[in-house]
Amino acid sequence: MAFAAFGSSAAPVEQAPRRRSWVALVLLLPGLAYLALFFLTPFVSLILTSLQTPVEFGDVGQFQQAFKIENYAIVVEQYWPHFLRAFGYALAATFFALVISYPLAYFIGVKARRWPLIQALMLTLVIAPFFISFLLRTLAWKALMSDETPLVQALKALSIIPNDGHLTGTAFSVIFGLTYNFIPFMTLPLYTTLERLDTRYLEAGSDLYAGPATTFWKVTVPLSMPGIVSGTLLTFIPASGDYINASASFLGSAQTQMVGNVIETNFLGLLNYPAAAALSVILMAVILLVVGIYVRRSGTEDLL
Amino acid sequence: MAAGAFAEAGADLELVGIHKRFPGFTAIEDLDLRIPAGSFFALLGPSGCGKTTTLRLVAGLEQPTSGRILIGGKDVTEVKSFKRPVNTVFQSYALFPHMTVLENVAFGLRRRGISDAVGKAHEALRLVELDHLSARRPQQLSGGQQQRVALARAIVNRPALLLLDEPLGALDLKLRRQMQLELKSIQTDVGLTFLHVTHDQEEAMTMADTVAVMNKGQIEQMGAPEELYELPRTAFVANFLGQSNLFTGPVTSSKGESIVVDIAGVKIEVPKERAQRHTGEVTIGVRPEKLMLHTSAPKAAPGTNVLGPGRVTDVSFSGVSTQYQIAVPGLGLITVFAQNMVFGPVVNLGAEAWVSWTVDHGFGLADEPEHAPKFASDTDTATIALQTRHELLAEIEEA
Repeated sequence: MAFAAFGSSAAPVEQAPRRRSWVALVLLLPGLAYLALFFLTPFVSLILTSLQTPVEFGDVGQFQQAFKIENYAIVVEQYWPHFLRAFGYALAATFFALVISYPLAYFIGVKARRWPLIQALMLTLVIAPFFISFLLRTLAWKALMSDETPLVQALKALSIIPNDGHLTGTAFSVIFGLTYNFIPFMTLPLYTTLERLDTRYLEAGSDLYAGPATTFWKVTVPLSMPGIVSGTLLTFIPASGDYINASASFLGSAQTQMVGNVIETNFLGLLNYPAAAALSVILMAVILLVVGIYVRRSGTEDLL
Repeated sequence: MAAGAFAEAGADLELVGIHKRFPGFTAIEDLDLRIPAGSFFALLGPSGCGKTTTLRLVAGLEQPTSGRILIGGKDVTEVKSFKRPVNTVFQSYALFPHMTVLENVAFGLRRRGISDAVGKAHEALRLVELDHLSARRPQQLSGGQQQRVALARAIVNRPALLLLDEPLGALDLKLRRQMQLELKSIQTDVGLTFLHVTHDQEEAMTMADTVAVMNKGQIEQMGAPEELYELPRTAFVANFLGQSNLFTGPVTSSKGESIVVDIAGVKIEVPKERAQRHTGEVTIGVRPEKLMLHTSAPKAAPGTNVLGPGRVTDVSFSGVSTQYQIAVPGLGLITVFAQNMVFGPVVNLGAEAWVSWTVDHGFGLADEPEHAPKFASDTDTATIALQTRHELLAEIEEA
């Protein structure tokens, strides 16, 4: 009896690791299927579309499968300023969002530790804009920056902007909109790293003759690097593909069109699907490259 | 301290009328302390006694509520911590995780623009025998190694005043001994002033020139280790620094060179110069290793105190010595440490025993007896261990 019990209990023990890996596979399956279905398939389809050529004597928007690699050369030649603008604006917005968010996140995550209520309140305030539609908020800024508002009138009176100048439709308003819209994406990852920052390291810095500024640059910033990296990525990647802020119906104008806007126009307006697809592929490739170099340079692969 | 230069020598540290209040409690109550330059000073006390707060005040990491701090005669109360000629070995090490061991050690040197920071950092790492690990990150080292790096990071700066916050806590006994000796030799070589905060009485006594025993935000007694041990002034010191047998009774006579105290009907003599109080109810004590154990009533002799008879209730062998607990009716437990001169216990469990000691070994405390425990306080670890042992034995017997 005792031996039988021993024998039967020993067998499942041996099988346990195998069964566990099988369970893991089952659990993984929905995710893998999702990725295959909704990422890999569209991606292949996107690349195929980018190589299509118009059907001869066909309607607008009718294309057939080909291997027309010139599509890429054509869109780069035609739209390279939009690429430059997209990355320039995104970079500027990322920079301003970082400069604005870091002190905010530092205050919430480090200084306000003693008052959890204030911490919770401020975090709620950071997230609160998400409760209102992104489009509505951007439109509200358009209204606030339009020519008739007291703000613009005052700026004109002070000759900060010329009398025939505008605030909307400029690079300023687009970068402003991008910065505003992505601040929560910057603040939250910064907050999570700074919240865990051990202030005893700062005391050690101070004990070793580093003044507040040196301690900040030599200790606080390196220790919060994971937050800085994820915050800047979460801001830079969507900002460089953004087409709302820069569109003429929101904060932009024809002169501020970013690559997202021309993808939109090509796809929805001109029905030039191969061009839109080629632009998307290039955007994706450039972002991947930039992010790859960035993560490598910041030396945070192991921290991410 | 001038930038780019090492401290020439240690500096005096003076604390004048320091109070430190945190919301809800007072950490330090009117503390006056003077540590002469070049000395090795230990602040000894249980956790929560205010010793770490004192250290943080000196380092400039906390501001005193009132009072002044002087280093080398200069008032530094308002001086920011990064401008004080002070370095700290933190209890948590606080090694920068994003830097290598070498960068950690060179950090202070670089901030002060000292030439050949890397060379000096290597030298300091060689001193703590960790130079071969200088390229590692702190989190790749063991706790003991991290502690040595923390030590190197502080001493490499040759501060006028080095603060040590339980720096040897995580080391094993052998390494601890070695580091104690090394610390001591560094201190003597360079002539720096060391302020060492610890709860380890043995460490404080072996390393420090002067020990201050701290309790509840105040210094109970301060002096050379031998002096503190041989002549404790309060029951707290008598029990925190080693163990003591304490008895309370009224003084019956105080003529001649000693006072006579009535302890449960037995007359006990204590030299006047070793007694803080000469009248009324007093608490007197004697160290366990000063007691002689007898199996028959010893002859009363002048200059000797005798207590007994009692029953041996516990015998525990600890290598060098054997600890006996003797229950004397009307007095409670008396602890005796006897050197192991022969194999096995000299006195068996349950045997009848007497204890005696030379009058010169007794001491009288300054405490008001109602504030002092009547007998040896039962909070020291040895007693707790003993009680646990008794409980365990009782349990085994029951089973």
